[in-house]
Amino acid sequence: MAEGRVVSFADDGASPWRCDFPALAHRMHGKPLAFLDSAASAQKPSVVIEAMDRVYREGYSNIHRGLYEISQNLTADFEAARGKVARFIGAQEKNIVFTRNATEGINLVAQSWGRTYLRAGDEILITQMEHHANIVPWQILRDQIGIVLKAAPIMADGRLDMDGFKEMLSPRTKMLAFTQISNGLGTINPVEAMIEMARKSCPDVKILVDGSQGVVHRAVDVRVMDADFYVFTGHKLYGPSGIGVLYGKHDILESMPPYQGGGDMIERVRLDETVYREAPYKFEAGTPAIVEVIGLGAAVDYLSAAGMVNVAAHEAALLAYATPLIQEIDGLTLLGPEDLYYKAGVLSFTMDYAHPSDIGMVLDQCGVAVRSGHHCAMPLMEALGVDATARASFGLYTNRDDVDALIAGLRKVKDLFG
Amino acid sequence: MIPASLEDLAENFSLFDDWEERYRYLIDLGRELPHMDEGLKTDERLVRGCTSRVWMDFNVEDGVLSFVADSDAHIVRGLVALLVAAYQGRTLGEVRNIDIAKVFRDIGLDQHLSPNRRNGFYAMVERIRLLALPC
Repeated sequence: MAEGRVVSFADDGASPWRCDFPALAHRMHGKPLAFLDSAASAQKPSVVIEAMDRVYREGYSNIHRGLYEISQNLTADFEAARGKVARFIGAQEKNIVFTRNATEGINLVAQSWGRTYLRAGDEILITQMEHHANIVPWQILRDQIGIVLKAAPIMADGRLDMDGFKEMLSPRTKMLAFTQISNGLGTINPVEAMIEMARKSCPDVKILVDGSQGVVHRAVDVRVMDADFYVFTGHKLYGPSGIGVLYGKHDILESMPPYQGGGDMIERVRLDETVYREAPYKFEAGTPAIVEVIGLGAAVDYLSAAGMVNVAAHEAALLAYATPLIQEIDGLTLLGPEDLYYKAGVLSFTMDYAHPSDIGMVLDQCGVAVRSGHHCAMPLMEALGVDATARASFGLYTNRDDVDALIAGLRKVKDLFG
Repeated sequence: MIPASLEDLAENFSLFDDWEERYRYLIDLGRELPHMDEGLKTDERLVRGCTSRVWMDFNVEDGVLSFVADSDAHIVRGLVALLVAAYQGRTLGEVRNIDIAKVFRDIGLDQHLSPNRRNGFYAMVERIRLLALPC
């Protein structure tokens, strides 16, 4: 688990990691870039860029195949990256399946585990705050085999309604799949409490946690969490796009059939019968995203050295700085939990006189990058009674200057539309 | 008032030095645009975008295009007003000959014609272009 050494922060809250991210030195519309869209995808530190560059320049080949030196070295580096990712979340190599992204991890579980072990009438419980990636794969499964998909309600402040959640758990609940941190609002779910409640009420339940946002903002230990599956994506974790991770308890992974067939996942192939390799390899058909795995390994090394506890402390301080400032703006409604204890580095808001699209376009001209829209969480928007929000999200490199640029930009929005 | 021609529009925009003045004018144009009847804002007339919604309704009579459109966002309404100035009441032949990308480039708003804006506006422009294509 990624604790790292304790970092002492500057009085002005400046990120000690900012200078590691070359893209942040660039400008947008001639203004200093205030990149506040890390929840969509994060910038990459030089060590990640250089690690990937080095593979292509100094020793690239396919892996798991060649008997020559560069292939064997790269295979070793690839498998070492699996170990780095495993240790980063308190797991072992055999628990780590490389996927394209978190979305593919959830689809893999739905199709491989779900189609094997679920029957018509079995229930899957999600929440109203899920990303579409944790809704649609279960809907596809429902339409294939007739399971029942339920969503636990949220409260007006965007936190899970724990009473409503408890009521929806039943002995028929076979899968509980929910997000650790809401991408739309930043709500931090009480993961351990939810898992404990589910295991008490539903003896056969399997639990999948969507860690796409969680692993970015928190130190994660899957042994403490006790989820059966934990998914996340590389590109939000300061790593490359095109690579994601599915953690699974090994006995459960072993009990699941392959998701896709092809090369690299087999022990022996005859035209009438094929023997698959053990997990995680049986889920990794075809040549994997080799260089992206190396990049992800470099990203988790970087974060382990930074210390996720330090990252979380920096982002919490920034949220505490930004929240009262943004609330001062007339006609602005900040969504999500009021108690910042339940919230990660996200400011999701609407303005009475401007559509989130207007907000995003004006901020763009001010050099401020935010996301406007439904954040791929349309049921969450519906539950909150809005079509869309504007969302500013923090990363470990975010500074107070970025927040100040956001606030100045929002005053410009008020000036133009208010 | 929404300018009656592209020439007037280009001239008005040429007076502005910076994005803020252009956007202020665009927002004003959006305010001039008549609101679409709520009854016309049906799913069939909705051009879906990730960030904002645009509704539009077309009519081609005797080869002449007329349309009404609306959006839930101010700046997109302004962009819609630009399209009204460009296309309203033109024959399909004229519509075909309008280089809308050049118009937006000339007035410094070409980024809004980029397909990745996903605000519904781009899809609307594409639909008008398709409409005017010879069968």
